[in-house]
Amino acid sequence: MDKVLTSRNGPWVAGGLIGLIAVALAYFGNPGNMGFCVACFTRDIAGALGFHRAGIVQYLRPEIPGFILGSFLSSLLFREYAPRGGSSPVVRFALGVCAMFGALVFLGCPWRAYLRVAGGDWNALYGVAGLAVGALIGIGFLWSGFSLGAAERNPKAAGLFMPLIALGLLAFLFLKPLFGAEGTGPIFFSTSGPGSMHAPALISLGAGLVVGWLAQRSRFCTVGALRDLFMMGDAHLFKGVVAFTVVAFAANYALGLFKSGFEGQPVAHTDELWNFLGMVLSGLAFTLAGGCPGRQLIMAGEGDSDAGIFVVGMLVGAAMAHNFAAASSGAGIGPMGANVTVIGLVFCVAVGLLFRPSRS
Amino acid sequence: MSDTITVNAAGLSCPQPVMETKKALSGLTSGRVEVLVDTATSRNNVSRFGENKGWRVTTEEREGGWKVILEK
Repeated sequence: MDKVLTSRNGPWVAGGLIGLIAVALAYFGNPGNMGFCVACFTRDIAGALGFHRAGIVQYLRPEIPGFILGSFLSSLLFREYAPRGGSSPVVRFALGVCAMFGALVFLGCPWRAYLRVAGGDWNALYGVAGLAVGALIGIGFLWSGFSLGAAERNPKAAGLFMPLIALGLLAFLFLKPLFGAEGTGPIFFSTSGPGSMHAPALISLGAGLVVGWLAQRSRFCTVGALRDLFMMGDAHLFKGVVAFTVVAFAANYALGLFKSGFEGQPVAHTDELWNFLGMVLSGLAFTLAGGCPGRQLIMAGEGDSDAGIFVVGMLVGAAMAHNFAAASSGAGIGPMGANVTVIGLVFCVAVGLLFRPSRS
Repeated sequence: MSDTITVNAAGLSCPQPVMETKKALSGLTSGRVEVLVDTATSRNNVSRFGENKGWRVTTEEREGGWKVILEK
């Protein structure tokens, strides 16, 4: 199996399996077209930790720590665990914040954008188009010399931080500590809304671990897929996205979960402009940071602390998006959604223009 | 025999190692290019790019990563 995953067939084999697992998770209880959504799940985790108080989106989604731990164990097993860091970490943190702003205006990360299309939610086509445009803008910066600088190898222990955080989240999930002032918290779990909808925790964790392994070995990346296709004409990773979407569509159809249209789609709104612009922001931020949110989690598991700080940025960005009324809901974009999208775009363009270190 | 061109792409995020390799190979019809990388992902990406462009690719482990050698 490892030979397949690391071969030229790896991304589409992994992508197909991940698409299948995603639909299975929705079937087992995750919200519609949300078998996997790194943005939504990170937002739910931020809520569960009390970083925001949007009561309907609070749950310690085990898929996220599963991705990190699956990748960590896989990278240890296959001798690819390589702690590294130091490539503009604070800027990467801010890019993580911006990526999350955009994703929560659209209501989904790139993985979920494709899953929404595979479930018949045509609003997501605007998101996918935005993702492509964001990637193209990022490519323009890359061709003109953009770089966040080189990372350096770190001591072995430096890569343990994110796996330890992942273990801590799982401990909170299963122990459910409640010693807050009002008899609730510090961990919060939604009793209604999307946060209350989830597959059984052990199934979600198992799925996360398997996907962490599949993605670590195959380098599955939904933003790298577009970037490599546009920049190099290299469809290696893009085949993974195609397989992911096609298999998810087939599985949705087989299970009766496919419902085509614009109106009444699960955890989605119909505002074309902001579906598009939200993902332009996300696509640009992910391209500047070197990979989609799933890939950032996988790299964090491999010991990349720059990816780890990007993930922490996404967590903080999720909390900010809800606390500042910038996250969308099924009713439409939040009161500040347009503002944070524009601010995020201005910031990312500034980063793209200003980070051009001369390399000898 | 032409001189070896060395590209130091260690520590760079995707897709910069491949971009640096592409720049080094542009205009070259033969020769030897050595690309220094620090992750298995970059090693694989640079190798795949070189093979796709018709170069003979070998890799050597070195301290802190790999040296990807492209020859034609």
